[in-house]
Amino acid sequence: MAVLNPAFWIFVAAIAGIYAIMALGLYVQFSLAGLPNFGHVAFMAVAAYTMAILVARYAWPLPLAAAAGVAAAVAFALLLGVPSVRLRSDYLAIATVAGGEIVRYLAMNLPELTGGPLGSMGLLGPGQIALYNQGWQAFLDRVASALSVLLGDAASRDVAMALVVWLLTLVLLCLFWRLERSPWGRVLKAIREDEVAALAVGKNVVAFKLQALVLGAILGALAGLLLAWQIGVFSPDDYQPTLTFYAYLILILGGMNRVWAIPVGAVLFSLLYAGTRFLDFFPLSLFDSGSRAFLRLFMVGFLLVLFMALRPQGVLGDRRQLLLEK
Amino acid sequence: MLQQLAQLTLNGLITGAILALTGVGATLVFGIQRIANFAQGELLTFAAYVGLVLNAVYGQNLAVATLGAVLATALLALAMHLLVLRPLRGRGLVATSLITVGLGLMIRDVVFIVAGPQIRQLRIDQSAVLDLGPVRLSPGQAVAIAITAVAAPAVAFLLARTTLGKSMRAVADNRDLAAIAGVDVERIGTWVWLLAGGLAGIGGIMVAVVQGTFDPNLGFQVLFLIFTTVVLGGIGSAYGALAAGFVLGLVMELSTWSGFAGGLEPRFKPVLAFLALILLLLYRPQGLFGKARVL
Repeated sequence: MAVLNPAFWIFVAAIAGIYAIMALGLYVQFSLAGLPNFGHVAFMAVAAYTMAILVARYAWPLPLAAAAGVAAAVAFALLLGVPSVRLRSDYLAIATVAGGEIVRYLAMNLPELTGGPLGSMGLLGPGQIALYNQGWQAFLDRVASALSVLLGDAASRDVAMALVVWLLTLVLLCLFWRLERSPWGRVLKAIREDEVAALAVGKNVVAFKLQALVLGAILGALAGLLLAWQIGVFSPDDYQPTLTFYAYLILILGGMNRVWAIPVGAVLFSLLYAGTRFLDFFPLSLFDSGSRAFLRLFMVGFLLVLFMALRPQGVLGDRRQLLLEK
Repeated sequence: MLQQLAQLTLNGLITGAILALTGVGATLVFGIQRIANFAQGELLTFAAYVGLVLNAVYGQNLAVATLGAVLATALLALAMHLLVLRPLRGRGLVATSLITVGLGLMIRDVVFIVAGPQIRQLRIDQSAVLDLGPVRLSPGQAVAIAITAVAAPAVAFLLARTTLGKSMRAVADNRDLAAIAGVDVERIGTWVWLLAGGLAGIGGIMVAVVQGTFDPNLGFQVLFLIFTTVVLGGIGSAYGALAAGFVLGLVMELSTWSGFAGGLEPRFKPVLAFLALILLLLYRPQGLFGKARVL
């Protein structure tokens, strides 16, 4: 495939936007409220599965099913969060990653409900291929035909997807940029810096943490829905814990504590992730395309270690607001 | 049904031995460095593949392969400690956890790149099942029992009787108190990582032979079981982890016994363990045997 194939890069752009929304969810939980959620991927999985099951099996209209998906992710966040936001940070990390793995194992092992290892294709049982995507494709077609007035022939479904995703991303970023500077955001930061002090001035620490967790879950759910629509079919394997750490790497690559650094991080990450398949010089030419998938994951791990060691606040971050040192 | 109970008990003891041995290493690391080592599972993976190379490529027998794997994994754990985690100490719980996550990804994917994603097996004749009256023992299980018979008493002796083992337990229990009492905390930390790596090496080989086949995800699949063991036994408590490993192994296997309300379907065993982990963290973070205190 050519490096300059525009269709590929438009696909990558859409993925980058989706990752930005996913990372924004983590930003609210981790950078604002100081909750190290290592199981963010669970919100994406719960929302995607709820939506796909309702559409494919019960023929719900797409907007309603999507809303149900977000609601399911919120319910899951409360289920996991009500008891566990009180935990010390490393215990919370372990508990959340275990929660995420429970979701993945259940998705894998409850084929009657989830299609099992086959994933969304198997939702209607063996022998039938289940689809959940037509409604979204139709929506994208309408957007594309509206766009063709402006763009002419260049307006395709993929262009429409990338535009829709990035529009949503920018709206959400502005919203949360504003929210961070509201009294609510300041309380969250106070809790992150010193929980006891926040308690002493009468703030309900647990309630604020739960709100942050739920907001993060909603953003995770949105990212999960968009990702499911973008890739068309999904299976439990798409919700490995690694996805959560992509989000952490995006936060770190951009800057741990600046909202507007998230899209920068998401674009950098996507370039790194998608771009490595085009670099064909030594020593990369030693790896075939199969190994390169693992090489990319190796790079994710390596960059996590490297940034945590040398620049934990991220490329554009602010060292003074660093909760990692606690 | 009783025969099934006996078989499940045996299986549970073998799973338990794996969790107990690896759990001891993980809990000492947790206690001493105050970090959750998310790369612990990958140490097991690494050991299984070192064993595979020695066993299948260089044609060494299993005993040599196990020893080699244990040594190599101990050195890898030591390198992690000296090159990465010790220089970066004081970075805080979350940063350190993320670093170990990154290290785990690096080790796992190097194994993926070098060895490939294919399913592998060590050279044992998997068809030679031992029939011991009521229970049957797969050759892998027999090897695992042999390894446990050597390793478990050695670990127990080290922890209970030697100065080194006592110092390890002291530092893991209360670092400052141990330092005041004259224990060289830095030196003990190095030994703890060597021990944790060696035990992970033993665990990796045991998982590989008991499962029969494995791929580079071997260690990550048992990581959370190891975490559950550590928390169940009380973080930093070596004896706690030894006991908790066997308890967890037995509970997981026996939960599928048909005499127990029809039994849980085996596919839900990991879910049971994860739920236990979350509930323990919430309601009894000091572990089953630990005393309540501020952690």
